[in-house]
Amino acid sequence: MTTPVFDQIADIIAENSEVARDSITPGAHVINDLGIDSLDFLDIVFAIDKAFGIKVPVESWTQEVNAGTAPAEKYFVMGNLAQRIEELVAAKQAKA
Amino acid sequence: MRLEYFQMVDRVVTLDADRITVESRVPEASPVFEGHFPGYAIVPGVLLVETMAQTAGWLLLSIEKLQRMPFLLKVNGANFRGFVGPGAPLVVEATRTHDGSGYAVASARILSDGKRVADAELTFRIMDFPAEPLRQAMTETARRIGLPGYDGSGHG
Repeated sequence: MTTPVFDQIADIIAENSEVARDSITPGAHVINDLGIDSLDFLDIVFAIDKAFGIKVPVESWTQEVNAGTAPAEKYFVMGNLAQRIEELVAAKQAKA
Repeated sequence: MRLEYFQMVDRVVTLDADRITVESRVPEASPVFEGHFPGYAIVPGVLLVETMAQTAGWLLLSIEKLQRMPFLLKVNGANFRGFVGPGAPLVVEATRTHDGSGYAVASARILSDGKRVADAELTFRIMDFPAEPLRQAMTETARRIGLPGYDGSGHG
């Protein structure tokens, strides 16, 4: 069972990389499993920023992972990534 | 403009929050023209892309207050609409179209005698300066080209 946000993100990933749409599952790690490189990932983030009208805080996520204060799975496993995006969209709507 | 040294920007003309305009003049002579092309000198398209990238780069450097460096990551839809020859006066405009986390997207174009000769969409990764001498060199260049805030005028 996937959410509409998950499906939209999966569509964006499939459109901006060579990853097959049906291999993008909630448990897939964006880099380790899907093999998305840094340039493709930036394209994907750009597309997500535009699609949802948000600014995905990739820099702070990466800093947290590198500092060991958050596991990479929190941000870079597809199901969790979709959840983070939903939170960002909700925070934006709450501000509006 | 010194093509062989990749000095593509002569002078910053205007700088706003998300937009910059610079001027450059193509040199009358350059070793680049010996190969591109013998008997018919024109500025290579890759150097026009570089000119747009540097222009957008100065906009982003200014936004980042010269504390972080934009590196060109991607060029989308580069168009070369006319030949640019020795001595051509150029006006280059760049606009930041997206402010991302650790990256930015800009659109840029080059005009010569009021006619658009090139345009492109450019994506940059923005990161800490990997070397202090680079930051110092960029600061010195900012002064040379009159980047507001770094040109000694006190305006920023």
